[in-house]
Amino acid sequence: MSLVVALFTLITVTAGAFFFLAGTVGLLRFPDTLTRLHALTKADNLGLGLVVLGLLPWADGLFSALKLVCIWLLVQFAGATAAQLIAQLVRRGRSHA
Amino acid sequence: MTAISAPDIGLVLLVLGVAAWTTAVRDAFAAVIGFVAYGLLLALLWVRLGAIDVALTEAAIGSGLTGMLLLRAGARAKATQPTAAPPGKLLRLAAAVLCATVAAGLASLVLYPPGPAPSLAPAAAASLPATGLGNPVTAVLLAFRAFDTFLEKVVLLLALIGVWSLAADGHWGGAPTLPWPADRGGALTFLAKILPPVGIVVGLYVFWTGADHPGGAFQGGAILSAMWLLAMLGGVASVPPVEDAALRLALVAGAALFLATGLAGFWVADAFLAYPEGYAKALIIGIEAAMTVSVAATLALLVAGPPARGVRR
Repeated sequence: MSLVVALFTLITVTAGAFFFLAGTVGLLRFPDTLTRLHALTKADNLGLGLVVLGLLPWADGLFSALKLVCIWLLVQFAGATAAQLIAQLVRRGRSHA
Repeated sequence: MTAISAPDIGLVLLVLGVAAWTTAVRDAFAAVIGFVAYGLLLALLWVRLGAIDVALTEAAIGSGLTGMLLLRAGARAKATQPTAAPPGKLLRLAAAVLCATVAAGLASLVLYPPGPAPSLAPAAAASLPATGLGNPVTAVLLAFRAFDTFLEKVVLLLALIGVWSLAADGHWGGAPTLPWPADRGGALTFLAKILPPVGIVVGLYVFWTGADHPGGAFQGGAILSAMWLLAMLGGVASVPPVEDAALRLALVAGAALFLATGLAGFWVADAFLAYPEGYAKALIIGIEAAMTVSVAATLALLVAGPPARGVRR
């Protein structure tokens, strides 16, 4: 049983790390701000989501597991809002990014 | 934890790299972003060293709040024409030499500490039960070194008075204007409606748990001030005029209650800032509650800046 859980964690966290890596490569190599934002938000969504998913079985009780999920949700909100704000600036043509 | 692991070494190198980049980069906006990233990485290092209280403060105040203050200062400096010539080579060299001397002095102290390093930690730990607190950091801040913490509160107020004194005569008493026009119905307004209920609970929790676990008035207050700023930026809450009586009461509540408790100590416990036996924890929590309100209000208004609108009468 514990081997199955360990394997599950290994696979999901590795996949999460892969998304962070892919997001970073995209951030560095994509041609303009909007595509770079796309790469960045994918890393946040899926990368962190998979890492949290992989860590859930090891959480110290139900409340710790809920805390992990809450952290993921809060990062979603912050990341999505920041992406929207930056995209608005780009659309107005005064890009800081 | 004596062995240094590979991730820790990577983290240290990353902090040093970001610090060097922040110093070297020429653009003020980029330098501030570097400073914020540096602060967050430094907070991770404090976590690795087991200093959770320091990490929380570094992330909330050192990185988040100071970063926002610097962003505003940078934007303001960009908008105005430079009046003085940029510092010459000699001045910059002198600054670099002084900074390097301070860094070298600190490094030599860390690398070659004097004999048995002087420490008050055992004495503080031995006296912890007398305060009724579980978190030694809070005990140091509000019992053993209460005078320092009280003065810190006063310094925060003085800083805000300094910011307010930049107001034009016609604007005095009015409300500060925030850097971004509130985009009603936009993404920021959405976040300003969703996040504060969660953030207020987290901020109050961080304050309350500070008695026994890492946390406290400064960290909790910083989170609350961020929520208030978010609500004001999103246009959900209005920016209060600086002559507002309730606002001024909130600003001085922490320092005033601290001072009143300290003076009362002369009669009930024989010394300034001494707590009567058995009531220490209740008094400390009371002072911390008032300080949380004051810290939240002061930090938010520091970011909001000097009043920039006249009073509507």
